[in-house]
Amino acid sequence: MSIALSNISWLEPVVKIAKGDDVSNNLQVIIKAIGVPMAGILVFLMLWHAAASNIETSLGNFPGPADVYEQSTGLIEEHFAEREKAEAFYERQEKRNEARMAKDPSYEPKIRPYTGKPTYFDQIATSLVTVLSGFILASLIAIPLGILTGLSPTLNSAFNPIIQIFKPVSPLAWLPLVTMVVSALYTSADPAVPKSFINSMITVMLCSLWPTLINTSVGVASISSDLQNVSKVLRLNFMTHVTKIVLPSSLPMIFTGLRLSLGVAWMVLIAAEMLAQNPGLGKFVWDEFQNGSSDSLGRIMVAVLTIGFIGFLLDRMMLSLQKAFSWDKSAEIR
Amino acid sequence: MSNFLDITGCGIEFQTPKGSFRALRDVNLKIKKGEYISLIGHSGCGKSTVLNIVAGLLQATEGGAVLNGKEVNEPGPERAVVFQNHSLLPWLTAYQNVELAVKTVFKGKKSKAEMKEWIEHNLALVHMDHAMHKRPDEISGGMKQRVGIARALAMEPEVLLMDEPFGALDALTRAHLQDSLMEIQKDLNNTVIMITHDVDEAVLLSDRIVMMTNGPAATIGEILDIELERPRNRLELADDPRYNHYRSQVLQFLYEKQKKVEHISDVKSKKSDGKTKVA
Repeated sequence: MSIALSNISWLEPVVKIAKGDDVSNNLQVIIKAIGVPMAGILVFLMLWHAAASNIETSLGNFPGPADVYEQSTGLIEEHFAEREKAEAFYERQEKRNEARMAKDPSYEPKIRPYTGKPTYFDQIATSLVTVLSGFILASLIAIPLGILTGLSPTLNSAFNPIIQIFKPVSPLAWLPLVTMVVSALYTSADPAVPKSFINSMITVMLCSLWPTLINTSVGVASISSDLQNVSKVLRLNFMTHVTKIVLPSSLPMIFTGLRLSLGVAWMVLIAAEMLAQNPGLGKFVWDEFQNGSSDSLGRIMVAVLTIGFIGFLLDRMMLSLQKAFSWDKSAEIR
Repeated sequence: MSNFLDITGCGIEFQTPKGSFRALRDVNLKIKKGEYISLIGHSGCGKSTVLNIVAGLLQATEGGAVLNGKEVNEPGPERAVVFQNHSLLPWLTAYQNVELAVKTVFKGKKSKAEMKEWIEHNLALVHMDHAMHKRPDEISGGMKQRVGIARALAMEPEVLLMDEPFGALDALTRAHLQDSLMEIQKDLNNTVIMITHDVDEAVLLSDRIVMMTNGPAATIGEILDIELERPRNRLELADDPRYNHYRSQVLQFLYEKQKKVEHISDVKSKKSDGKTKVA
């Protein structure tokens, strides 16, 4: 499955020109498709640059586009340097083990894990794992619950006030409670995953539950009465009714909810990671802020752009999933 | 022949925020097995309500329907419904739509191969075997309605209920489907209750035409026996004096005895209601 990028409309005229079609007309299409957004970005970069050089902070100038570029290449280099170090570390161990094995055949070789600090890319990976686990957990609760509340007006009236009250709650308000509950309940001596991960995951779950829940419920409640009558005449049992009629017919609304939820989840995650001290982009930002070196602001700005870009990719991913699962191929999904 | 479907003293009152609204009163109708009945009347006269009570989708407030000695309390496949706007599941192909019905009704009674054959047989009956793996959005309105009929027939219903089955189709497609339906009826001889707005359709297809008075509190006004021998041919019947006599009798009932004056406020409320069908 390919990720649907918003603008590949410029590809078509390129192909047309290659085929020997009229150049000037197609060139105009290309300029509209690429040139105009490019110009927008360029103007933004110029404004950013101008503004940044005029903002003096205690950590030096606010980072402009050039600083951010420099910091991003720095982060990439750091990543590869760290990887090389890790490889060298394992290589040394292997050599040492081989040497000891040669001397003493009964020796059991040991490999100790490398414990260097996580690089920027490690942080991104952790963030993605956390956000997806929280989001999947939220969906596993929200979709079935949404189907039930959508099917039963009584259940809906019962749940609605609760949903409406918890929906606007900020992740920052949940986090202390989640932290305390998790430390009280999650007390294994050798935890499979760190507590901070559970904290962020549950906070993400609590905040990203609502859009899917509400949209699923509305989607299920608005199934056409004709289709419901078909189900009644056929005397479909509950499970068949849900799988054959309810789910397919509310799928578009469920996906709308899922997309909103994933967006919320990604936003919440950064805040949760900052406070829960779970490794990830949020913690990266917080650490850089605490660090307070002259590079910090530039690095935070790199993180800001990364967060935005990943959020965009996540949304496109959901869109592609939605298109793949949609039965109504004629419907325009954006 | 004994009565097969018995509607006795049937009435219904809807509870609305503005108080109760009586839609039907005292509907009595006895239908024999294999009979083709048309319900005709102006919009909002409760034709659909009668059909929905027989289907079990609505509960009568007094009286009720008895099918084959059993009181009708809930919907069921032995009273299959052909809905006005086909009501096919848009995410399933024609075949799968019929399959859903067949699998539900004949679970444990037919083998997989028998089911497949039965589904294909029913789609062939309505001449949809060539496009049975197309989804509803890929076929025309008439074809969708054919699949809807195939789905209902495939349930092997004791009585087939049709709610303006051809109402949403253009005149040519409609005539075509009526001919198909007569052809199918000749072989299967189902008991049918059909709602229609179309006088020609009613006379052409029915054994009896049940004409309903205007609502509120609508009931059966007159019942007209159509004694035209089958098979009927629309071209031959066009010049048949008996056919024209029946036709004019229905028209007289609708436009003289039950002349309906629609007030603008009625039309407005109907539009906002959204459920009421306008002929």
